[in-house]
Amino acid sequence: MNKLFLIIQREYFSRVKKKSFLIMTILGPLLMAGLMIVPVWLAMRDQTEHQILVLDHSGLFIDKLPNTEQIKFTYGAESIQTAKAKLKDGPFDLIMEIKGDAINDSKTTPVLYYKKQPGINVEQYITNTMENILFDYRLQGDSIDLNKIDKARRPVEILTLKVTEEGKDEKTNTEINMAIGFGCAIAIYFMIFLYGSQVMRGVIEEKTNRIVEVIVSSVKPFQLMLGKIIGVALVGLTQFILWIVLTLFISTAVNTFLFKDQIADTMKHNSQIEKVMKDDLTAGVDKMEKINSPNEVIDLFNNFNTINISKILVCFAFYFLFGYLLYAALFAAVGSAVDSEADTQQFILPVTIPLIASFIIAQSVVTDPDSSMAQFFSIFPLTSPIVMMVRLPFDVPGWELALSMFCLIVGFLFFTWIAGKIYRTGILMYGKKTSWRELGKWLFYKG
Amino acid sequence: MKPILEVKNIHKHYANHVALKDISLIVEPQKIFGLLGPNGAGKTSLIRIINQITGPDSGEVLFNGERLSPKHVDYIGYLPEERGLYKKMSVGEQVMYLAQLKGLKKADAKAKLQHWFKKFEIENWWDKKIEELSKGMQQKIQFIVTVLHEPKLLILDEPFSGFDPINAQLIKSEILELRDKGATIIFSTHNMGSVEELCDNIALINKAEKLLDGSVKDIRKNYKSDTFDISFRGNLVGFINALWAGAELLDKKSDDDVHSVTVKMLRQNKPNDLLQAVLNHAEILSFQEIVPSMNDIFIAVVENKTTLNTQSNFTE
Repeated sequence: MNKLFLIIQREYFSRVKKKSFLIMTILGPLLMAGLMIVPVWLAMRDQTEHQILVLDHSGLFIDKLPNTEQIKFTYGAESIQTAKAKLKDGPFDLIMEIKGDAINDSKTTPVLYYKKQPGINVEQYITNTMENILFDYRLQGDSIDLNKIDKARRPVEILTLKVTEEGKDEKTNTEINMAIGFGCAIAIYFMIFLYGSQVMRGVIEEKTNRIVEVIVSSVKPFQLMLGKIIGVALVGLTQFILWIVLTLFISTAVNTFLFKDQIADTMKHNSQIEKVMKDDLTAGVDKMEKINSPNEVIDLFNNFNTINISKILVCFAFYFLFGYLLYAALFAAVGSAVDSEADTQQFILPVTIPLIASFIIAQSVVTDPDSSMAQFFSIFPLTSPIVMMVRLPFDVPGWELALSMFCLIVGFLFFTWIAGKIYRTGILMYGKKTSWRELGKWLFYKG
Repeated sequence: MKPILEVKNIHKHYANHVALKDISLIVEPQKIFGLLGPNGAGKTSLIRIINQITGPDSGEVLFNGERLSPKHVDYIGYLPEERGLYKKMSVGEQVMYLAQLKGLKKADAKAKLQHWFKKFEIENWWDKKIEELSKGMQQKIQFIVTVLHEPKLLILDEPFSGFDPINAQLIKSEILELRDKGATIIFSTHNMGSVEELCDNIALINKAEKLLDGSVKDIRKNYKSDTFDISFRGNLVGFINALWAGAELLDKKSDDDVHSVTVKMLRQNKPNDLLQAVLNHAEILSFQEIVPSMNDIFIAVVENKTTLNTQSNFTE
């Protein structure tokens, strides 16, 4: 036990002290924060104003195209040639010419002239609004009451309610469920890949360094393998925690400095919500009323209750840990069977295929979380860490969760045992290209 | 004296070949034991079994009379043929790590390391990274790591490969010193010069089988062929005639009137008989018995066995 601890200690500190660890720890949150901030920033930045001169010879669209913050329409009657001159000197950057027979002849398309290509959404906006105007116009031509059409076209919003054990109705929200499940699954997927391959590289390093024979004369090969796997797991955990802390820190900092106004808005919004919630509490409003309240943020709060955040966290920790342990053992076995990283291809594929497959399966599981396929792959140990995480927010029956966890533990023990056998022989084999058949034989060598 | 290590009827096979076939050895304490054999003979397989890195298919190994078990790991020091160190780790961290893996306490390990670093005059290496050291320097570190925990049994697999002559000499004298202090050394090699110089006993393994074992002295005596080198001044023809039926001339060389011959005694003749016979014909300058080197014995035994094997294959 003492020796195992020594190995874990070395594996941990030799990695944490590396410069690359420091760089990754700092870069990771920057990238993550970047992923969160850049789209917002881009969206805010892209506010080029478009001045559009509309030459409408049909007369139908005059003064009917609604202006937006970015798109302003001006209507003119001059010829297209004079208008084009205005395009050169401003103030217009777009000219739209609508021919007189555009209303009846669908072949006569409106033409949009530009100096600088507008974004696709500008074009889309113009097309959509024109379509709507034409639609209304044609209906009116057939003397159909527009109000009736509007009434008939009322959109439907479904309120999904779960009937709990106690017979109460609770609101669930599929999108949030999906987001949380997928978020956890992605985290598990990346961590398994990232740190699993670190284990593999560590094994190859020891093998090519030729230090492994010195070490296995002091400790059992299995101890060495286990020590490495646990050591790297702790590195991953350290990095994960640092990432979360740093990401929160950076995004808060950036938000405060860059998006002061937005923050102020949100704060105001939040205080309103708080007030509403307080009112709810004091007034003792019953659940149904609360659900019907239009404030989406309050819905979100309610949702967190139904998803049962602590259950998700516990399951996440469990599947993360055992999923990693299982795959790390396999990665270690692959590392032991080859002489250099370049040779890993042959063996790494069967290890990564279930991992990638489970990710693909997860996407269809979202659409039908209780299908038999979803059930099977959320119990099968090679895929359950990812598939079950996606299924979990959709209320998986207790026995299935228990069976899945049990299978994962059994799978972990089984694959670690197999990996240990391959590892034990593999680390001492030099210079020979290993075949699958040979790998199979290693399983039956005597200790 | 009770043997420190007894190997009893060890068999070991891998998927498609036999690595060890019924190998038995006895290693006496405070001796240097040479494990000889060509490449691929099974030396490393046997050493790995003694180190408990792998297990035998059948047979057993006794350490100090007890069946080998994990607790014996701390009494054995092993310098493998394929050896290396973590390149990115500093020398100090590395030796401390490996010493603790062998069961040494931290403070204990540090004190012992300081002693060795002083002895090898490498105290200023402590903070260097392994990759900054030359191969020879790395091997010094490896040697220190092997002997640091004062093992009762030291197993060195091709210890001199890659050492320059100066370091090889240093290691040789360390090995002898360790033996004098009470350690037993098993020493695997195909460098026969070092065997004659260092080993008390040897075992010769070829193709998974033990061909020969015993003390170096006895083996060389057994492989003596009653041949002598004689150099003399005088009449060569007369000398050869005088040999007549008592001895056979194997080789002759002449330089002016000084002649060197190699002769083999025939029947029960003694060197003195020969000398008496030739004294009248020559002025003897030197007379020396040819004792076969371990190298000769090694080659003779291995090749002899090989020819025997091919013959038996033929008859099958």
